[in-house]
Parts: sequence; structure tokens; C-alpha cells
Amino acid sequence: MTRLLSAAWDWFDARMPSVAEEWRKHAAEYYAPKNFNFWYYFGALALFVLVIQIVSGIFLTMNYKPDAALAFGSVEYIMRDVPGGWAIRYIHSTGASAFFVIVYLHMFRGLLYGSYRRPRELVWIFGVLIYLTLMAEAFFGYLLPWGQMSYWGAQVIVNLFGTIPFIGPDLALWIRGDYVVGDATLNRFFALHVIAIPLVLLGLIAAHILALHDVGSNNPDGIEIKKKKGPDGHPLDGIPFHPYYTVKDLVGAVVFLMIFCAIMFFVPEMGGYFLEYNNFIPADPLKTPPHIAPVWYFTPYYSILRAVPPVSVDFLGIPPTQFPGVLAMGIATLILFFLPWLDRGAAKSIRYRGPIYKWALAGFVVTFVVLGYLGTETVTVWGQFGPWLGNADVATVVARVFTVLYFAFFFLMPWYTRIDKCKPEPERTT
Amino acid sequence: MKKFFFSILLFPTVLLASEAGYRLDRAPIYPRDLLSLQSGARTFVNYCLNCHGAQYMRYNRLTDLGLTEAQIRDNLILTEAKIGDTMKVPLSAKDGKSMFGVPPPDLSVIGRSRSADWLYTYLRTFYRDARSPTGWNNAVFPQVAMPHPLWALQGERALAISHKGTPGHVVTEYQWSEISKGEQNTVQFDTTVRDLVNFLVYMGEPNAVSRKNIGIVALFVLGVLLIFVYALKKEYWKDVH
Repeated sequence: MTRLLSAAWDWFDARMPSVAEEWRKHAAEYYAPKNFNFWYYFGALALFVLVIQIVSGIFLTMNYKPDAALAFGSVEYIMRDVPGGWAIRYIHSTGASAFFVIVYLHMFRGLLYGSYRRPRELVWIFGVLIYLTLMAEAFFGYLLPWGQMSYWGAQVIVNLFGTIPFIGPDLALWIRGDYVVGDATLNRFFALHVIAIPLVLLGLIAAHILALHDVGSNNPDGIEIKKKKGPDGHPLDGIPFHPYYTVKDLVGAVVFLMIFCAIMFFVPEMGGYFLEYNNFIPADPLKTPPHIAPVWYFTPYYSILRAVPPVSVDFLGIPPTQFPGVLAMGIATLILFFLPWLDRGAAKSIRYRGPIYKWALAGFVVTFVVLGYLGTETVTVWGQFGPWLGNADVATVVARVFTVLYFAFFFLMPWYTRIDKCKPEPERTT
Repeated sequence: MKKFFFSILLFPTVLLASEAGYRLDRAPIYPRDLLSLQSGARTFVNYCLNCHGAQYMRYNRLTDLGLTEAQIRDNLILTEAKIGDTMKVPLSAKDGKSMFGVPPPDLSVIGRSRSADWLYTYLRTFYRDARSPTGWNNAVFPQVAMPHPLWALQGERALAISHKGTPGHVVTEYQWSEISKGEQNTVQFDTTVRDLVNFLVYMGEPNAVSRKNIGIVALFVLGVLLIFVYALKKEYWKDVH
């Protein structure tokens, strides 16, 4: 049997040697730093969740109906009458949120250890593109259950494009394919969600990994392992990705699956954060819910949008428009592309950075979490200030302060990272 | 002690103070209590299914509650429906709109969009209100279109709502009083509503109980797998220094 398999492989390898070559290049002889810590699980896990989402998505597509009259019912049909359908649906809905949890932690790892710095700028740029594409994927997918939050969330987000000067209203109409979110919108969002965006996502992920494997992985010390090579030509502090990191990531994958299963089997709604309660009410174009909240992974940006007051330009006769808020939200995501050039620190890793960056990063995490929380709540959640502040909503004022802090983290980075007193980086990994 | 407890339960006026809306009671439901679910199903088909449908719920799914198909057919199907049909409503949406101003919503997933506590409190806080078109109003859902569906069981009650405190910090007080007695006393009625809410929550996600059972098995299997993959990792990493 073994001999037969070995002969079959030899036959295959003689005709297509590039398979074995690629395997060596990206796994068996890809030398990764040996000092990866907890934060380095999330890249492999993101790939794992991608597979989970694609497979569960395929099975959902077999029973889902992209039709405004049937969509909500077809999801309930999956939940009740399709054998194992409830599990497939919960895998997909939990997977969507898990994807963002993992991607946020993966990006935070980049901030911790300076993984976006030279020579990995392209890796980072492809990563940010993946993040933006993932947001689009999640947004299109969220309309499909056709509940109240799906419907009004889509209505609000498409209307954001409507605020763009001159082309806005036509652009929003073009996206929706109708004057309101309707059957045409559902159909095209379905097409985008199941094929167009996933294809883009796969291409970008391939580019992300290829770019990474060309320059090599960063590590918690933020030093280049390729600078110290042994007589065999391999980095002294590197170990082959396979089998070392494949078996290590296997442990990470099982731990992740345990957390994943604990959520999908016991608290699939996650207290209304993963599946919003209002989304169990069928979409009703005539009834606007009193409080429209996007899903948790969009809420930091939603907070920024709400924090910027509408502006009117009187002398041009432009009525109050939300466009400045939309612009702020756009800049808040696009600024990520420039991170490799904003950071002027002498050291890459947080381990050898000075106190200023450590405080700035800690502050940024708090900022992101507070903005995220406020985005899930109404602006009156913390009540009002007294007349001395014009009875302003406390939450709005707090969101404004943190919006300024969010941008300060990026815009002031060239200065505070330059004056920060970094410790010397070690020669070898620790 | 027991007497004291009951005198509180049956006390005609109960004073409740709240800052933001009516305070919700905790619904004492238990999704594995089949007797409670069966009783709730009976209340549902008798009192709710005349106007509200449950178009995603099949009658034969009620075998989950420990009933046979014959029992379901004889006791719970009050229309011409077949055992494999969903719980469709005889009332059309158009008629419902002309009767109540708004078509009665489908209740298949009401236990998921509304919390159990909300449903439990809502169904027990209807009161007589001469100003409303139906003569009924609700403490949790003001100006609700539905008249009290269980009034024959609970009886009629009145509610006095008063607002106290300063502007910006208004405290609303609710004072209940009894107008007429129903077929059930307070304890019996609370039990009826509890069973009904238990059923509505079950119907929102009929798989909820088996989902948790499977989850325990899945976590156990993954726990065992974790031991093996961790041992594998340890073995491979022995030579990395």
C-alpha cells in the first residue's frame, strides 16, 4: 500500500513538481522565528475561520432564498426544517463575529510588534485591504436574513454614500437598485456576498501571504532573523513552519474551536451582539425601529460618524449634511494604510519602545473599545449634562473626545514615536 | 409564613416604582419542563392562534413536547390543518388590519425578538382603559392594539399611573386595582402565563434544548482532542531551544 502511494506520488511529482516546490517554499522550508507568542495564533486562525465561513456559507446557500418575500422565512426554514440547519446557520453567524474578533487581535499584534514596518509595508497594505473587504462582505451578508436590523442597517449605510456631494444621491440609488432597500438590493447583495467579495478576499489573502513569505515573518522582538544565518543558510533563530508551527497552530485551532462551540451551542445570540434581537422581526419598510445599531464590529466607526455634527454651508446654500461625519469615518479606516510611514520609532517591538508609545497604544485600545461600546447604544445612554454644557448628551461628548483621541493616535504618531526613548534591540531573539 | 406570602401575592394593589418604563418581572420559565410546555401549547392554540399565526412552526414538531401525533391532532389542531402543516392563521392580514389597525404579528420567533421577561410581564399587565379603541391598554406596551386575550382568566384590572419627582428625574408609579375577578386567581394565572411564555420561547427556537445537549458533547470531544494535540506539540517542540 505504502509503495503504491509512493509510486503514485512519484508519478505525480514528475509531471507537476511545482506542488512539492510550493509546499517546501511555504511550509516545510519556510523559516519562521522560533519565538512566536500568543499573538501569533491569529493569522492561522483567520485562515481557519475563512474556511469555516466558506463551507458553512455553501450549505446555507443551498436552502436560502434571496427574495424579499421569502428570505426571512427561508432562514427560519433552515433553522427548523433543514436537518442540522440550525447548526450551519449558527456556525456562519458566530463565524462572522469570530472573524472580526480574530482580525482585530491580528491587527493589534501588528501594532504591538511593529509588523507593518519596513520591509513589511506591502503585507500590511494587503492586510488593510482584506479588512476593508471583510467589512463589505459582512455588510452585504447582514442584509440577507431580511430582519428589521438587516433592513434598516443597510438603509442607513447606503444612505451614507448618499451624503457625498454631487454624486451622492445617484450613487446611493445605483447601489440599492431601487429608491428604497428592496428586492433588487437583496438580490445584488446576495450575489456580492456569495461570489464577488469572496473572490476578492481570496485574492487579497493570497497576496498577503505571498508578500509575507517573501520578506519573512516579524516576531515579538521586532528584529530580522534573516540577518543571522547559520552555515546551512537558514536563520539561526528560525524553525521550519512545518511541522513546528503547524502542530502549534493545531493547538490554537482546537482551543479556538472550544470557545467557538461554547458560543454557538450555548449563547449563539451573544446577548444580542452577534445576533440582534430586533433581527427576528421581519423587515418592514414602513416601520423604522427607534434605535438602529450596527453589529458590534462596525460600532467604533459608527460612533465616529455620530460624533461629528452635521455641517451646513450657508453661503453656498448647502443644507445640514452628515457628510463630514461620513468623511471622518472614511478617514478613520483609510488612515490605517499610512501606518508604516507614520511610525518613526527607533525600535519596532513594544518590548524595546519607550513609554510614550506604550501609553499611546494603551490609550488607543481604550478609545477603540469605548467608541465601540457607545456605537451599540443610543446617544442618551449616559443621560445629559446640566445647563452649564447646554444639556448635551454625555455619550455624545465622550464620543467626541474619543474620536479626537482616535485621530490623535495616528496624526501625532510621527512626532511622539520620534521623541520616544527606545531601548536597544537585541541581536538575537529572546 | 405561607399565609403572609399569599396575602402579598393576592394583595389588590401593588405599588411599583420605576424610572424607565415598567419594571419587568423575571419569567420563571424552564425549557425542559414538558408539562409546562404542553400546557403553554394548549393556551397558545386556544387563545393566540385565532388571530396570530406561527407560520414557521409545524404541528408535528410538537412531538418535541412528549406528545404523539394522535394527541396533537386530537387536542391541539383546532382547524382543518394537517399534522405536517405549519400553524397558519385563519384570519387574513387584511382583516386583521381592519379589525385592530395593525395585522397581528406572526409569533413563530416572538420569543427571540422579545425577551421572556418582557412577554411574561406584558401578558400580565393589561388594564381597562376607556380612552383606547379596544377598551384595553398595557403597562409594558402602551397603546397596544391587542385587547387582553386572557381577560376571562385574569379578570379585569385598572391601573393608575402617576409621575413624581423633578424634571429630568421623573419617577413613575403604578398602582393596580381589581375591577372583576377572572376564572383563575393570581397564582394560577401567573402559572398559565409562565407556561405560555415557556412555549413561545420554545417555539422561537425548537432546537434550543438539543443544541445545548450537543454542545456538551462537542466540548467534551474537543477537550479530549486538545490533550492529544497539545502532547503532539510538546513532542515536536522538544528540540527547539
